[in-house]
Amino acid sequence: MAEPLPVLEMTGIVKEFPGVRALSGVDFRLFPGEIHALLGENGAGKSTLIKVLTGVYSLDGGTVTLNGTPVRFHSPSQAQQAGISTVYQEVNLCPNLSVAENILIGREPTRFGRIQWKRLRREAAELVDRLGLDIDVDAPLSSYPLAVQQLVAIVRSVGTGDSDGPGSGTRVLILDEPTSSLDRDEVLELFALMRRLKDQGVAILFVSHFLDQIYEVCDRMTVLRNGALVGEHLVRDLDQVGLVQLMIGKALDQLEELHDHQLHADVGESLLTADGVGRTGRIAPFDLEIKKGEVVGLAGLLGSGRTELARLLFGADQPDSGKVTIGGRQVPMSAPNDAIAAGVAFCSENRRAEGLVPDLTVRENIVLALQAARGWTRPVPAAQRDELVAKYIKALDIRPADPEARVGQLSGGNQQKVLLARWLITQPKLLILDEPTRGIDIGAKAEIQKLVVSLSEDGMAVLYIAAELEEVLRLSHTIGVLRDRKLVAKLANGPEITPTRILETIASGEHQ
Amino acid sequence: MTTTTTREPAAPDSRTPGRAARILADRRLPVLVTAGLFLVMYAVGLSRYQNYGFAETQVFLNLFIDNSYLLVAAVGATFVILSGGIDLSVGSVIGFTTMFTAWLVEKQGLPIVVVIPMALAVGAFGGYLMGYVIQNFEIQPFIVTLAGLFLFRGLCLVISKESISITDSTVSSMAQAQISLGGGFLSVGAVVSLVVLGVAFYVLHHTRFGRRVYAIGGNEQSALLMGLPQGGTKIAVYTVSGFCSALAGLLFALYIQSGDPLHATGLELDAIAAVVIGGTLLTGGSGYVVGTLFGVLVLGLIKSLIQFEGTLSSWWTKIATGVLLCAFILVQRTMTSRRSP
Ligand SMILES: Nc1ncnc2c1ncn2[C@@H]1O[C@H](COP(=O)(O)OP(=O)(O)O)[C@@H](O)[C@H]1O
Ligand SMILES: [Mg+2]
Repeated sequence: MAEPLPVLEMTGIVKEFPGVRALSGVDFRLFPGEIHALLGENGAGKSTLIKVLTGVYSLDGGTVTLNGTPVRFHSPSQAQQAGISTVYQEVNLCPNLSVAENILIGREPTRFGRIQWKRLRREAAELVDRLGLDIDVDAPLSSYPLAVQQLVAIVRSVGTGDSDGPGSGTRVLILDEPTSSLDRDEVLELFALMRRLKDQGVAILFVSHFLDQIYEVCDRMTVLRNGALVGEHLVRDLDQVGLVQLMIGKALDQLEELHDHQLHADVGESLLTADGVGRTGRIAPFDLEIKKGEVVGLAGLLGSGRTELARLLFGADQPDSGKVTIGGRQVPMSAPNDAIAAGVAFCSENRRAEGLVPDLTVRENIVLALQAARGWTRPVPAAQRDELVAKYIKALDIRPADPEARVGQLSGGNQQKVLLARWLITQPKLLILDEPTRGIDIGAKAEIQKLVVSLSEDGMAVLYIAAELEEVLRLSHTIGVLRDRKLVAKLANGPEITPTRILETIASGEHQ
Repeated sequence: MTTTTTREPAAPDSRTPGRAARILADRRLPVLVTAGLFLVMYAVGLSRYQNYGFAETQVFLNLFIDNSYLLVAAVGATFVILSGGIDLSVGSVIGFTTMFTAWLVEKQGLPIVVVIPMALAVGAFGGYLMGYVIQNFEIQPFIVTLAGLFLFRGLCLVISKESISITDSTVSSMAQAQISLGGGFLSVGAVVSLVVLGVAFYVLHHTRFGRRVYAIGGNEQSALLMGLPQGGTKIAVYTVSGFCSALAGLLFALYIQSGDPLHATGLELDAIAAVVIGGTLLTGGSGYVVGTLFGVLVLGLIKSLIQFEGTLSSWWTKIATGVLLCAFILVQRTMTSRRSP
């Protein structure tokens, strides 16, 4: 079968933000009557590609053609007028307006400039009906939960560009992670609608982290990694294992080579147990046990729920089900303070935004957590403080070894060590490390990994999150595998646990 | 026979909010509360000062006459506040308009019918410029309109440092005109202010522009992503406010029959107070211009109650306004926190 002409073609798309090259030369094509998945880990550049296309961001390079004619949109409204309707990742509606207005605002039916409210309500209700939804269109949007708001956004986008009959003007429909807050029934309703539109010849661009959903509705997929195009495939030509490899960017045999075991055996008694802990929309309820001196690694794609799991165990997000017991005592987890008091430390993956204060010195950054633990009224004596700081600078080999250096001027690896030092100084029982090695050089990476091993040998429990499978495999006694926001498997590390095995688990979601 | 339907019409959908919650979350509630407050205050006035003529129709109608300029200014401020902004230049633009008008009519001898459109154009243009700067340079409205406040007040003094009284005969006859209504009368200014109110209500609720004002007040980023011309709307909102301020200035000049560089100092704060007491959220996106009418009436009624009381100093007006404002902001706060699911 000869391929029809693409309705939309993007070539060599480049987008730079200060300090980040979000897209470097990405090609993307979209055919009429297909559902096309845009895939990639968090931060791969999917949302940016969509925003560049629809004129939210300006383009730094590359061309866009719509039906063969070059176009460049300068605002979302221009893209809408050209028949591209979009549901952006962040719900983009006005909570203060009624559902009906949210669906039709910008193209309300008017007569002599006066809005025809009756007709507006009727048309909105019709559109809502078409999606098989039961929503009172007169109620303010804010009276509905996020999932319903998400559906309303979809209804709006489907109805955009109607001139003769609902949906008729839309040629391209873009849905950026529309399913993240929907339940199964709602997802099915959405898929039914997507198929109907597809049959009408609408081209649909669909972003989702849920691999099963991709295989359920999509015809074609484009994979991005770190802002670059990895490949375009027909869904039927690529199985889930192959897809996961593309997203991670490593072939299996490459992973195997790096694999070797050198784990210490003295894992102690149970330290933390999580029973059915979960939070709706973030991560499904999970059970997890972490023992003294044990390293538990979390594997899974970015966005699969690794960070979400860790945040629940730290009280950074509040679980809405289940209970956490640390050292035999149940901890309420209503705030990070509860976890900190129970001896949990959390090194965030976002070390600039959530962890370090770049304008303070190394010394000040290191004593921050200790000071917080003591309360602000009892300052740490200067002599003791300087001694501790010097000790950790030496132990972690922070460079420059100058307690007065400004943290903002340190390299990424050294910043990470400062953050680690801050938590280690409080002598935690459980250390949660979320991507401690991201964005730092090989040498520093190895040092941090060594440190994790020696800490666990000293009896500290560690929850270790890393994007690289081999890293997780090398360090962990137990590996928790996450997929689609669910802890799908807990594997005891051993010779039979290989990167292939983990990849397969991630891809299939089953514990073989 | 058992057929499973996915949605049972009889069972309440768990996603549809409950009745009580909906009443509390209803955006009209604050307006009703203010209207209720006005009625209660009026009833109190009736019972206390019945023998002093409080019950006369004209006392009621005077509320509209004495506050006509405030109502027009507050209607303009309602647009701005609904869009999530603030306009601090209102009082200065009013003061400037009185000076500008008095000067052109008295010193330059221009007929008032020529001066009126000129004054309105200057006010609207000033508002447009402020809106343009706010939108295109992404500067806080607070700062830009604060600059406008100083600028227009300064321009008053450029025209003249002295107050100029208006003796023009057309102006006097306009000022003294009485439009009789149910046993009393309204001034030209009061009628104009009510027309402005009606037009504003129509624009806000029945035109696309009006709905865009609500949309950008609800969530500006969303409005942009929804493809609404959010930039133009913002500029238009400040233009409307500038226009209303100039019109309020004309009404003020008509009411006082003079121009003075210090006229209407701080009036923007009264206008904002009236809008907030009228139930419009300072954060934007929620409120009704009808509420603003009640806000103005409540402020006006406080003044006349204190006048009737006779023994109280006029500073009590300010104190009462302050207390009311606080109370209303607290009420709004609790209501908005209930509103989000
Ligand atoms: N407005 C912005 N300013 C600066 N950097 C941004 C902005 N939006 C996205 N980025 C960066 O661009 C990259 C791609 O982000 P995004 O497109 O949101 O990824 P995805 O949707 O695939 O998860 C990330 O590194 C992100 O930090
Ligand atoms: Mg995204």
